[in-house]
Amino acid sequence: MATIGQLATRPLKAERNGDKSPASILFLVALWVALSFAVLTLVVLLVTSFMDALPRLDGELFTNYSSQVSPETAGARAAIIGSLWVIVATAVMAIPLGIAAAIYLEEFANPLRWYNRMIEVNLQNLAAVPAIVYGMLTAGLALTIGLRRGVVLAGAIALALLILPVIIITTREALRSVPAEIRQGSLALGATPLQTVWRQTLPSAIPGIATGTILALSRALGEAAPLLLLGGLVFIRYDPNGLFSGFTTLPIQIFNWAGQPQVEFQEVAAAAIIALLGLLLLMNGLAIVIRNRYQRRW
Amino acid sequence: MISTTTTADDAPDASTSASDSSSVAAAPRPQVGASGGTDRYLPEHPTPVIECENVDIYYGAFRAVHDVSLVYGRHEITAMIGPSGCGKSTVLRSLNRMNDLIPGARVTGKISYHGQDMYGSGVDPIEVRRRIGMVFQKPNPFPKSIYDNIAYGPRVTGMKVDSMDDLVEEALRAAALWDEVKDKLKQSAYGLSGGQQQRLCIARTIAVRPEVILMDEPCSALDPIATARIEDLMEDLRKDFTIIIVTHNMQQAARVADRTAFFTAQAAEGTGDRTGQLVEFDLTSKIFSNPADRRTEDYISGRFG
Repeated sequence: MATIGQLATRPLKAERNGDKSPASILFLVALWVALSFAVLTLVVLLVTSFMDALPRLDGELFTNYSSQVSPETAGARAAIIGSLWVIVATAVMAIPLGIAAAIYLEEFANPLRWYNRMIEVNLQNLAAVPAIVYGMLTAGLALTIGLRRGVVLAGAIALALLILPVIIITTREALRSVPAEIRQGSLALGATPLQTVWRQTLPSAIPGIATGTILALSRALGEAAPLLLLGGLVFIRYDPNGLFSGFTTLPIQIFNWAGQPQVEFQEVAAAAIIALLGLLLLMNGLAIVIRNRYQRRW
Repeated sequence: MISTTTTADDAPDASTSASDSSSVAAAPRPQVGASGGTDRYLPEHPTPVIECENVDIYYGAFRAVHDVSLVYGRHEITAMIGPSGCGKSTVLRSLNRMNDLIPGARVTGKISYHGQDMYGSGVDPIEVRRRIGMVFQKPNPFPKSIYDNIAYGPRVTGMKVDSMDDLVEEALRAAALWDEVKDKLKQSAYGLSGGQQQRLCIARTIAVRPEVILMDEPCSALDPIATARIEDLMEDLRKDFTIIIVTHNMQQAARVADRTAFFTAQAAEGTGDRTGQLVEFDLTSKIFSNPADRRTEDYISGRFG
C-alpha cells in the first residue's frame, strides 16, 4: 500500500490497468461488435423485406382479401381486421385482470404468506411458458365449454393468457416505483387502503402500467403459434364481425403466404410484414409518448 | 401511575427546574417552552392523551423495543430522542398504527388513547389515524396541486366541509404557508422548496383536524432556516394540538419540547440483537440539566451516540 504521501507525488498519467489499456479497449471493441451484429441483422432483415414488399405496398394490400386464384391481387384486409378484433378482445380481457391481480399482489397480499410467495414464483414461470402451450390450454378450455376453436374469442383468450403474466409483472413494477412515502402519507391522513390505491398509487403508476401493457399487446399482436394451434383460418374472404366469427391475423396470414410457392405470395407476405411492423411501431411509439408525457420524477 | 424512571425528588415545578438549568454548563441552554422563553407552567404529571404501558414492539421474532411506559400530555410537545436504532421511530409509528403496515410488526403491552386500548379488538386503524396524524421525515407531498394536497384528507375521510376553499386557507395559514402559496394553489406541490413542502405536509395533516400530530424527524431533511420555521410552527400548534416528535437533534428537543423521553439501544444477551428501551422520561429542562440516569447524561453531553 502506498501512503498518502507517496500517492500525492506520483504523476497522474495512465497506468497499466488504466482507461486506455489494451484490455479496456479490447473489451470496448467486443461490446461494439456485439451491438453492431444485433443492429446489422435487424437492418438487413428490414431492408430485404422492404425491397421484396415494394411492388405490393399499395392500397390493395389493405382493401383486398386473400386469393388463391390470383395471388397478384391478394391483400391482407381480412388479416388486418382480424388482428384488430383479436387484439382489442385480448386487451379487454387481459388489462383489467392483469392490473387487478398486480394491485392485489403488490398492495394487499402479505408477502410473508407461503401462498403469496408461491404465486410470485409461478408468475415468473408463467411469463416464460412457450406461447403454444397457451394455445393448447385454450383449445382444451374451448372443448370443455363448447366454444368453437377457430373464433376471435378463443384466439383472444389464448393471447390474454399469454400476456397476463407480463402485464401483472410490469404493473407491479410500476406500482413498486411509486414511493412508499406517498402511500404512508395518504394512510396517515386516515385514507383507507382502497382509497390510497385508487387516488394515489394507481394514478401515479399509470405511465408505467400503460407502457408495459402496450408492449405486452404488441407481443400478442405478433404472435402466431397459439392461434395456428387453435385453427385460426388462413383464407377468409370476409371481414370478421364479432367474437364468434372465424378470423385470421397478420402473423397467420404471413405464415401461410410465405409457405406458398408463387413469388407473388412471397411479395405480398413481405408487404404484410411491413404492415405488421408499422402497426407494432405505432403501438410502441404510443407507449413511448405516454411514458414521456406522464412520467413523474420523485 | 406513570412508570418511568422519574424519581420522587424531581423538581415539583417546571419553572424551578428551568432556572436550575443555568447551573449546568455542559448541556445546551434548554428552557421549558423554549423558543419564546416562556415559563410555561407544566404539571409534574401530564394530562394523558396517549399512554404506553409496558409496550414491547416486535418485527417477526425480533424485539425492537422493550418495556416502554410513557405518557404523552395534552397540548404538550413531547420529544423522543436517542441514538440510531433505539426504537424511538418504532414507538412513534406504533402510536397511530402505522406500524401495522410493516408485515410481521406486532405490539404487546398497552397503548391507550383517552383510555381506549388502541390495539384492542374492534379498533379500526383508519379511525386511529384520523385522530392521530403523522408528518414524516422526508417531505412527502402528493403529486397533485397544493390545493389538492390539503383537500385530499378532508375528501377521503368524508369530512363535512362548508367551504373547501376556506378549509384549505385555514390549514395553510395554520402551517404558516398561506402567504407564500396563496397565488399558486393550483400549481404542483413539487414546485415548492423542501421546507415549504414539509409545512405543506403539516398543513395537510392539520386539515383533517386530528388531536395529535406525530412528527418523525420532520426537520432532518431541511436546512437550519427551514428548521427554525417548523420549530416556530410547532410552538404555535401546541395551542390546538398535542405534538409528539422524534428527533436526532438534541438541541431541537431542548428548544421545542416540554417533555423529553430518552431512549437507548441495549444488546440482548445471547442474540446480540439490539433492543430499544426507554431510559428516562421527564421535563425537558430536567433531562437536559439534571438527568437522573448516567446514560442520559452521557448522551446529551456528547460522550456517546
